[in-house]
Amino acid sequence: MSPDLVRFAYLVAASLFVLGLKGLSHPRTAVRGNRLSALGMFIAVVVTLIDQQIVRFEVIVAGIVLGGAIGAVWALKVPMTAMPQFVGLCNGFGGGASVLVAGAAYVEVALQSDGALPLQFGIATLASGLIGGVTFWGSLVAFGKLQGIVSEKAVRFTGDHVLKGLFLLIGLAAGVLSILQPENAHYYWIMIGIASILGILLVVPIGGADMPVVIALLNSYSGMAAAATGFVLSNNVLIISGSLVGASGFILTSIMCKAMNRSLANVIFAGVGGDAGDSDTGPADDLYEGKVKSTTAEEVAMVLDSARRVVIVPGYGMAVAQAQHAVRDLANQLESDGVEVEFAIHPVAGRMPGHMNVLLAEADVPYDRLKEMDEANTGFEQTDVTIVIGANDVVNPLARDAADTPLTGMPILNVDKSRTVVVIKRSLSPGFAGIPNPLFAADNCLMLFADGKDAVQELTTAVNEI
Amino acid sequence: MGETIAILTIFVLAVFVGFEVITKVPPILHTPLMSGSNAISGITIIGAILSAGSQFTTLTTVLGFAAVVFATINVVGGYLVTNRMLAMFKRKE
Repeated sequence: MSPDLVRFAYLVAASLFVLGLKGLSHPRTAVRGNRLSALGMFIAVVVTLIDQQIVRFEVIVAGIVLGGAIGAVWALKVPMTAMPQFVGLCNGFGGGASVLVAGAAYVEVALQSDGALPLQFGIATLASGLIGGVTFWGSLVAFGKLQGIVSEKAVRFTGDHVLKGLFLLIGLAAGVLSILQPENAHYYWIMIGIASILGILLVVPIGGADMPVVIALLNSYSGMAAAATGFVLSNNVLIISGSLVGASGFILTSIMCKAMNRSLANVIFAGVGGDAGDSDTGPADDLYEGKVKSTTAEEVAMVLDSARRVVIVPGYGMAVAQAQHAVRDLANQLESDGVEVEFAIHPVAGRMPGHMNVLLAEADVPYDRLKEMDEANTGFEQTDVTIVIGANDVVNPLARDAADTPLTGMPILNVDKSRTVVVIKRSLSPGFAGIPNPLFAADNCLMLFADGKDAVQELTTAVNEI
Repeated sequence: MGETIAILTIFVLAVFVGFEVITKVPPILHTPLMSGSNAISGITIIGAILSAGSQFTTLTTVLGFAAVVFATINVVGGYLVTNRMLAMFKRKE
């Protein structure tokens, strides 16, 4: 195959990637978009395989078979509740692949050259190695946190910023040396090692509820690493695809930050939620004392019986309790009684962007029932009952009304504006931000203390029996 | 230097295209967007294939092999899981 033909095929592949992402602008066209994108990948791989630069195929075939089998089994088996971990780990593999390719190219070029490496190649291998190393190890830590292997808490120690800065400088220095003295390849591997440590140090201090930001950011990094590898190989399709992914991750990151009213620097360096939970009980007791109304499923069913419009607000707790199917049953039951049911979804509910939507879609909730925050907020005043399941900070009125709390300024779902709010929750424990929620003590709020799934099932039965 | 500028141009324009296209993705599809774009970042597979197949040294072949495995997991896993997720998004019948 002539080099021009190969490049042309790569152009076709890149175009299909863009069209594929364009398809994601609506659920109707999304499946087709994903297939177009996959077709683009297939073309790119086939063309590369029949390119003349390849001497032997055994190693390639072995790699593709092994990777393909792992990827396929994993993708078909992974439960939807584990999707954040899945995407987190995939980011890492993308970053890892970029480092390995850049490393192989470095070894090849370094062995053939005397003196410093060409500038573009040098800078690109440095960038690919650093970003890819950070992505790989950062993603592994993120996976560990989401899977519960590593503490979800924000682990901090004094001087950690200084340490990170120091590692970054050493990493950069090793990278520069690897470009100037390619005859000594150790520098390159030292840089990768430092990047790995840096990746771990960057993610370990980040707490569970900030995960959507980190996953999105690592997604962006994996794209940037691929683009950097494109510069290493002077390969356009890598550059284009990498930039698309980098842009995508960056946009998601900024959406997540905006939805928490925090800057990216604040999420990465400030580590909210270190010891959320136990410290603030004093003021919480004052706030809740004598005002919290505990209720039962039967009582809630009675309230729901006279409701015409019900909004359900899911949070990470719904995912933990695996309650999405039970929630769907409740929604169906209410709808069959002629109630209008909607779901209001906060952008950072869950552990990754769009987490709640996927879970509810899995449970066959039609996507036109899933409302984004801004749209949902226009409807709470006309809502008879809002049911909050496993969400806390995203419905905390302090974010809107108080001046000096960790949540202040964060956009919330104004569930307190609806006539009655039912909060399904195990206890009055605070959310990730570690502050009490005055919603629980509000006049129009009923607390249903129970496991999310059990409570919703009891509720469905109770509604059915009325 | 000419070539560097040429690919830099492609890079910058691709970033702009990325921003334009991705801002139109609605929040309900943000998870499939992540897994789908993840699959796309598996494009490093073509670099991996060239490293693994060029038999330059044992080291580059080993690195290439590992890269092929990682990138293939990314590509196959990413597209399959995205397809699985997107198939679940339905309108009310």
